Amino acid sequence: MTAPRTGRAGRAGQYAALLCYLVFLAFPFLWLISTAFKPPRELGSLHPTWIPVNPTLENFRQAFDEQPLLQAAGNSLIAALAAALIAVVIATPMAWTMARRRSRLTTAATGWVVVSQAFPFVLVIIPLFLVLKNLQLINTLSGLIMVYVVWSLPFALWMLVGYVRAVPSELEEAAAVDGAGRLRTLVSVTAPLLAPGIVATALFAFITAWNEFFFALVLLKTPEKQTLPVVLTHFLGAEGVADLGPLAAAAFLATIPSLVIFAIIQKRITGGMLAGAVKS
Amino acid sequence: MISATATARSGGKAARSAGRAVDHGAWFLVLPALIPILVLSVGPLLYGISLAFTDAQAGRTEPTEWIGTLNFRDLLHDTLFWESFRIGLLWAVGVTVPQFLLALGLALLLDQRLRLRWLARALAIVPWAMPEVVVGIMWRLVYNPDAGILNETLRDLGLGGGHDWLTGLATALPAVIVVGIWAGMPQTTVALLAGLQNTPHELHEAAALDGAGAWRRFRTVTWPAIRPVALAVTALNFIWNFNAFALVYVLTSGGPGGRTRLPMLFAYEQAFRYGQFGYAAAMGCVMVALISVMLAFYLVGRLKGGEES
Repeated sequence: MTAPRTGRAGRAGQYAALLCYLVFLAFPFLWLISTAFKPPRELGSLHPTWIPVNPTLENFRQAFDEQPLLQAAGNSLIAALAAALIAVVIATPMAWTMARRRSRLTTAATGWVVVSQAFPFVLVIIPLFLVLKNLQLINTLSGLIMVYVVWSLPFALWMLVGYVRAVPSELEEAAAVDGAGRLRTLVSVTAPLLAPGIVATALFAFITAWNEFFFALVLLKTPEKQTLPVVLTHFLGAEGVADLGPLAAAAFLATIPSLVIFAIIQKRITGGMLAGAVKS
Repeated sequence: MISATATARSGGKAARSAGRAVDHGAWFLVLPALIPILVLSVGPLLYGISLAFTDAQAGRTEPTEWIGTLNFRDLLHDTLFWESFRIGLLWAVGVTVPQFLLALGLALLLDQRLRLRWLARALAIVPWAMPEVVVGIMWRLVYNPDAGILNETLRDLGLGGGHDWLTGLATALPAVIVVGIWAGMPQTTVALLAGLQNTPHELHEAAALDGAGAWRRFRTVTWPAIRPVALAVTALNFIWNFNAFALVYVLTSGGPGGRTRLPMLFAYEQAFRYGQFGYAAAMGCVMVALISVMLAFYLVGRLKGGEES
């Protein structure tokens, strides 16, 4: 980490550049927060200020009045939790197999994981829509959860394979020598060591489902069933006319869960993602 | 990494020689994930390809018919499709290239010992965690012609104001591209930063002692070390951007006058606004073909990179 010494002018330049980045990264977010706390009069003003002069919580109250935000958040929570749990439960054994043994199946699975990262969803969403319609699962959370599980599987597998590889296989072999069966070895030796990785994967699957928009937009029709991102777009109204205050307030609230979770697992995701993108 | 893989392989061999019964066990571990993948991913994919050769429409009562390659021929002559394709390329290049350069700059800065580095790191994560819909909404507030901070700042600087960035024919695409750059910068920065931190710093110092300038040191030491990461993130970013939907849907819905109608938005409109399932499926096939070509370029590039290093 000892970078070569930089001259004083160089240092100043570096700080100036860093400052530019800080402004670029932060200003939209600060503006969202500022807008969320402004009373209507300040929002209508032709000379908006950075800091609300008379900050208010009115926008939050109004946001809940205008759209079924709590219900939408509940729907998002159910869909994201279920999807994350199911995805991790079914992905872990497969990831373990992919990491530990080479067969045509695991090679094909790895190929599918790579390809699915680049896949345009249009081609899948139309047949999925028709299939779910025949199963009467359009406009249901169950249908959406099924889609989310499969959609989050590639990345979950990707992350989990990395975590499994980090567990020394000697431990498993030792257990096998002691007479433990495959399932037993997996449950009592590997799983505890994998637990932090599994939790990180589940949290990441949760955030992706919580933030997802396209599938939810296509598959959920009525406001009572819709998830938070879809309901947020209702604030935009027709022709893009929007009630700025409540819009900002609702958008700000919708971000908080992902920000909190992301802060917790950020380092693990980065590691898993890089292992997948570069080393696989 | 290498030794871990080696032991994993020998472990596999040991398990295989232990007998066939063990191999059956593997299926039970794979099936819970494999079945949903086949039913909800590979199956629909094949179904989607077959739909492209039919006249399937939403809410149609009579059975759909095979119409051969008619959808593809129509697509070939559809100026709106080619326009969306052109915009998709403009957008993907317009976002990916500046995003890479900006992220590289930020990663290089974050690799230095600077105060406030932690803040920049934390901030660089925010766009990543935000729902795309919220990113879109947030930037609509920034771009708002009256109450937005961008116009107000321009007014303060005496550069006019009152621009309708997202609805102006000339400004809509650039305005959307800026949002795309902002939204995707974290992943790119974090990946490049991780690449940088694997760079041997002794080499840097040696080069500096030999009197190499900053640019020379970057070219001869830093760049070769991060090139594989750079190639991977750029290729993936390009493909992801080409497939973008939510951000632009929220910002402009493809407007004004189709100036920001990306391929995915076009396909979405065809399928779920006009109910042309077969036609949209055909377009999906074309997109898959194009992306496969891009992926092939990326994989070939990566293999070549592997041979050199």
